Amino acid sequence: MPKPNKKRNRQGRLVWLMPLLFLGFGLVIAYFIHDKNIAVFHPKGLIAQEQLHLTLFAGALLLAAAVPTMFLLYFTAWKYRESNTKAVHDPYVRLSKSFVWTMWVVPFIFALILAGVMWPATHRLEPKKKIAADAKPMTIQVIAMRWKWIFLYPEQNIATVNFVQLPVDTPVTFELTGDEVPMSSFWIPNLGGQLYAMTSHVNTLNLMAEVPGDYPGATAEINGPGFAGMRFTARASSAADFDRWVSETKQANHKLDAESYANLLKPSESNPAAYYSAYDTDLYGKVIMKYMGSHAAHDNQIETNHEQH
Amino acid sequence: MREFLLGKLDGHALPHEWFTIAGSIAFIAMMLATILVITRLKKWKWLWSEWLTSVDPKKIGIMYFIAGGFMLARGGLDAVMIWLQQAFSSGDSHGYLSADHFQQVFTAHGNIMVFFVAMAFIFGLINYIVPLQIGARDLASPFLNTLGFWLYIAGVVMVNMFFLLGGEYAATGWLAVAPLSGPEFSTGVGVDYWIWSLQISGIGTTLGAINFIMTILRMRAPGMSLWKMPPFTWGSLCSMVMAVTVFPLLTATLFLMFFDRYFGTHFFTTTGGGDPMMYTNLIWMWGHPEVYILMLPAFGVFTEVVSTFSRKAVAFYKTNVIGMIGVSSFALSVWLHHFFTMGASANVNAFFGVMTIFIAIPTAVVFFTWIATMYKGRIKFDTPMLWFLGFVAIFTIGGLSGVILGIPPADFQLHNSLFLVAHFHSNVIGGVLFGIFCGITYWFPKFTGIKLNERIGRQAFWCWVIGFCMSFIPMYILGLMGAPRRLDHYDASTGWQPLFVMMLIGGIIIAIGLALQIAQIIASFIQKNRLRDATGDPWDGRTLEWSVASPPPFYNFTVIPKVNSRDAFWDMKQAGDHKPEYEDIHIPKNTAAGIYISIFAFFIGFGFVWHINWLAVVSFIGILIVFIVRAFDEHPEYTLTASEVKELEAARTKQAKAERRHNPTNDRDEDMGLWELIKVIVTFGFGLARKTLTRGKA
Ligand code: HEM
Ligand SMILES: [Cu+2]
Repeated sequence: MPKPNKKRNRQGRLVWLMPLLFLGFGLVIAYFIHDKNIAVFHPKGLIAQEQLHLTLFAGALLLAAAVPTMFLLYFTAWKYRESNTKAVHDPYVRLSKSFVWTMWVVPFIFALILAGVMWPATHRLEPKKKIAADAKPMTIQVIAMRWKWIFLYPEQNIATVNFVQLPVDTPVTFELTGDEVPMSSFWIPNLGGQLYAMTSHVNTLNLMAEVPGDYPGATAEINGPGFAGMRFTARASSAADFDRWVSETKQANHKLDAESYANLLKPSESNPAAYYSAYDTDLYGKVIMKYMGSHAAHDNQIETNHEQH
Repeated sequence: MREFLLGKLDGHALPHEWFTIAGSIAFIAMMLATILVITRLKKWKWLWSEWLTSVDPKKIGIMYFIAGGFMLARGGLDAVMIWLQQAFSSGDSHGYLSADHFQQVFTAHGNIMVFFVAMAFIFGLINYIVPLQIGARDLASPFLNTLGFWLYIAGVVMVNMFFLLGGEYAATGWLAVAPLSGPEFSTGVGVDYWIWSLQISGIGTTLGAINFIMTILRMRAPGMSLWKMPPFTWGSLCSMVMAVTVFPLLTATLFLMFFDRYFGTHFFTTTGGGDPMMYTNLIWMWGHPEVYILMLPAFGVFTEVVSTFSRKAVAFYKTNVIGMIGVSSFALSVWLHHFFTMGASANVNAFFGVMTIFIAIPTAVVFFTWIATMYKGRIKFDTPMLWFLGFVAIFTIGGLSGVILGIPPADFQLHNSLFLVAHFHSNVIGGVLFGIFCGITYWFPKFTGIKLNERIGRQAFWCWVIGFCMSFIPMYILGLMGAPRRLDHYDASTGWQPLFVMMLIGGIIIAIGLALQIAQIIASFIQKNRLRDATGDPWDGRTLEWSVASPPPFYNFTVIPKVNSRDAFWDMKQAGDHKPEYEDIHIPKNTAAGIYISIFAFFIGFGFVWHINWLAVVSFIGILIVFIVRAFDEHPEYTLTASEVKELEAARTKQAKAERRHNPTNDRDEDMGLWELIKVIVTFGFGLARKTLTRGKA
């Protein structure tokens, strides 16, 4: 028998380093970011909050399954290392058949629990599902363009670029579409999860801010050279502040008329926020109509819902 | 006339930006250097007849490794460029790359790493090892195999071609989602290069996959039932079956995209009745299985390595195999998890979420069989085993984050963020790449007859693991902080920069790991007498590939083995030697047809990239002609008679005996270290310099 090799076996023990490494880096990072906005972990809205709970639950459940498995694997590797004369080495050992069942059943149970939580949660948190709250819900129409976000407030008849203000504790329905832009993805991490904004479609995303503040928004999906600059601020404020802001915006110098819309439609990058005192009420409908017929061929497998043709 | 002859090609296509100029110079310099060296050494004939036209899967395997290795360096360079840009492009600084150029870099990075690195190494391993494991002398169709390889090479050239002509690659992300990649939003030739590099190499993959399925199903040694196949062969079979299922889909999708761009059809455009969502759907129906096509052979490698280095048979072998089959079947039905955020209904999303969660079950089962295999084993921690243990930690993290991403409401917050990017790098690096490294270290003695240096190998391993943690743990956190993927610039107020810098440092450590691996190979060859594997069975292996010499003779087996059990070779060793009876062997003849067809295929693609229709048509006719000529070749094989085999064997045995006298030591800790290697290289360099100088004088 070849003699046990010392260095090689030390590697077996060094392997314990790996979990320590993860932990160590985790701590270093925690130091760097302790006062920063860890958006997903710092939800400021109802949906982000619930999404976080679900994520944490899944994470905990998965760790409960994985950590013991990992431990068992590394422990086995370490215990039966060649140099361990105390361990019983038996190359012909046969484990009982019942282990096979355990192997399948244990992960199956974990998967079942997770799926059991996931299924209703997916329905509860379906983006198009309206949020129940005391306050009267409002709608904001969003048009993605190269490379900026246009927000239309149909109830207030004002419009903005790369800035959106919402009253807290008020359910907001974002109706997302795009105009002359590749698929973009509308995402305000602090308020909740993203949805694609696509030409010829209206995707609805319901969110509700709960804490006043300024939150970064972006497109998460690449849509051309101006992609990184296609950012906006989502400002959550009290209802009173929101009303004040609306009436201020109503005083803005410009209207979003056909001409200024055509200007916006020209590709431009890193646009600053802009405000419009009013817009043509049929603007949004026109943007959708522009691509009408493009969906005649409805043979894709994705169920598109809530289309406003 | 000019337009007819040259299409869209004109002076503007020539390199004029710093990166295309640098790329072109590197490209041409490398070509010239290679040509010069080969000519100086008078090796052209040898290269052509022994390697390029060879149909021996072992040689094709090695060529895949070499090409894949170069592409790994090329894709790694892209990675460093990405890291550099993101580390410094914050606030007022906009980094050293324009947005467009940055986007091209990460697109090329993804394509190269998946198609031209991972696929190449996986195909290389399958080529070399599968025939040996199943006791076959050859493949079902040796010709299809060289054709597949050369189509891959045509793809490699195509993906780098933009340096020389055109100056731009796709800036769309590695899957070129529509409509961004369509004619409306990507007007240059970048996407066309993307289409054709994937199209050509993808067809090669399909052909290769058909060939390997046929080989595994039809050409196993007598007695080797499916349930006696080694795990790596099983993993490869699962993978190839998936490839045959989904690669035609990729081909079709790419053709539709090509039609949109070339003929102005409206499959995926925003106007004219096109439906970009269909592209997303189709590309992921291929794209998700693709990642498992890479993963399953790696699973097989790990199973083999765990069994060999624990010196135990695979425990619960059937469960392990069923686990792999389970993974591959589930993998065909989860693709929608890549676009939960497109707006499908809750029922659809939840269904695909369930499938995604369930894919973790067979994966976990495979893990459990590894634990059971190690149980009561006698485990040696050679480098292949280290790669396995590193894989376990990193892949688990990747798997967990994958399951979280598979929960639609959680995915809404993490999709397209850096968390996602960290997820798949955990799997692709920790799973696929570590699997490849593990396999290559494990089988290196089989490929070359020498074992790899342990000491430098261990150092390389630790660089990879530490570099990985340092680079990708911050990436997970950045995703949680709300950082989208693919940003060429971000606000200083986000506070992301320290993490991006940490990622860069991690990347540098990984690069050091890669450099150490190159050093490891060099050091092994320097000490080749010490590391010689004269037995053909350096690890005390269990499967048939270890029963032949290292490297194996070109006909693999003098006598086709008879298989009675799973660990065929192990049992033979226990039973002891017996005298072989020689027989005639049919060997396929070399052929250059694969090379010619691939050259034509390249020009079809090139013609379509630049709208030079005649070139595409002529090339297509060229392919037909080569096929016809090849079909009339009545003697694609020659025979090696029994007595010739006997002579060859006698010569080989004699040589092996002579080599065995070098008597390599067992203690691998005395393998050459890094300093020693540097000393040797420097001394050698000085020697060479002195020699040339004195020769110049005389
Ligand atoms: C337990 C196993 C796995 C699960 C549950 C899983 C789940 C997922 C999910 C849900 C996504 C989509 C996330 C999103 O786009 O928001 C994803 C993306 C991805 N996964 Fe996995 N995955 C697993 C294993 C793997 C493996 C083994 C590989 C590669 C070898 C891999 C490679 C990828 C890649 C490349 C992407 C992203 C592609 C892109 O968007 O560019 N995954 N995975
Ligand atoms: Cu997937």
